[in-house]
Amino acid sequence: MYKGGRIIASLVVFVAILAFPFFYNLGKANAGPVINVPTGSQCVEPVAYMRANHMQLLNQWRDEYVRQGKTVYVNSQGKSFNINIDTCLQCHYSNSSTTSATAVSHPAVSTTGASNPAVNTTEASNSVVNPSDQFCVTCHNYASVEPTCWSCHNLPEGANQ
Amino acid sequence: MSINRRQFLKRAGAVTALGLGGSFATIGIGDRLASAASEYEEAPNADKIKHWAMVVDMSKFKTEEDINRVIQSCDKIHNIPQMDNSKDEIKWIWYDDYEHTFADSENEYLDETMKKMPFIVMCNHCENPACVRACPTGATFKREDGIVTMDFHRCIGCRFCMGACPFGARSFNFRDPRPFIKDFNPNFPTRTQGVVEKCLGCYERLENGEQPACAEASNGGLIFGDLSDQNSEVYKIVSTKFTIRRKTQFGTQPNVYYLVGGGDRA
Repeated sequence: MYKGGRIIASLVVFVAILAFPFFYNLGKANAGPVINVPTGSQCVEPVAYMRANHMQLLNQWRDEYVRQGKTVYVNSQGKSFNINIDTCLQCHYSNSSTTSATAVSHPAVSTTGASNPAVNTTEASNSVVNPSDQFCVTCHNYASVEPTCWSCHNLPEGANQ
Repeated sequence: MSINRRQFLKRAGAVTALGLGGSFATIGIGDRLASAASEYEEAPNADKIKHWAMVVDMSKFKTEEDINRVIQSCDKIHNIPQMDNSKDEIKWIWYDDYEHTFADSENEYLDETMKKMPFIVMCNHCENPACVRACPTGATFKREDGIVTMDFHRCIGCRFCMGACPFGARSFNFRDPRPFIKDFNPNFPTRTQGVVEKCLGCYERLENGEQPACAEASNGGLIFGDLSDQNSEVYKIVSTKFTIRRKTQFGTQPNVYYLVGGGDRA
């Protein structure tokens, strides 16, 4: 091969650079979100439905409430819920100080990775809002989704003020 | 192995059909999941009105204290920021003098007390709201109960509504309002930088069967009610006494009526 040694050496360097992110993040990025919701209670709809469709449901809630003036949601089992983001927070938000005491890990989802520094949001406007161990926050960070709910809506006790 | 034109077209067609069919199937499943069997209902205690209206009885606003109490009660409940300059100011309810409130009927011989009297002003929740026509996203709309409200999720901050409103009832959040909220109420959302805001007619209080915050704090100076209900106090006042409205020449049909001569001038 003409100049084979150089070609192969360059190829090795090229592949090494290409693969660098994989080795660099090895064993780091697979930490799952923290799911600290009370067990034994059901969300407004079954878990599988909520996991797949909570964003559509939130948009429906918003449109029904803001535009149609409907304030009560009756779910598929006939149970009523107030259309309010506080309804979500009753289960999906607890102060970081009380989290470990009250929340029980959800059996269906891995709860490892609470200490992953990558999930801490460092955005200035949200730094107070997002206690890093909150359900919504860890999941959205894990999935790299940035909803803007808390730029207007309030966390309990004005935690985002 | 080589393929001829006929075989190539057949296979390409089959792959396309497979792809399209698959995407239709996933869309179909998504739709079904997104609409689980469920219903939406109105609030059980809601004050069901059809025509939001307010009467301002000027005889009840004698001192600055009367007016500030009303404004502060709204500011507190709705998390309205207190900005340090008038450009950034956020106003839901405020006051102005006769000349600026009733600009069309001002004259230089007007009696001095009237000229200097502070008039409470707010969004007029017009019957033909100019802001609603101007809004390009449908963020501002008129509800069935007559409140001209805003869906802040949809506001893109273009400020066409501010240009359209003849009453200056809309304010733009040039800055993040949160640091400027003095007395924070956790039960009402704040707004965010880049959206327009206005008086929302206390929809959240009517839901619970309560009076609007300003009417409650006014000790009878602001009378709230349903103009379509002939037994309501607002209907009785508007239909029997002399009231004036702001800037009616624009044809927006404002729903805030000013009882200027006091209770006894009919």
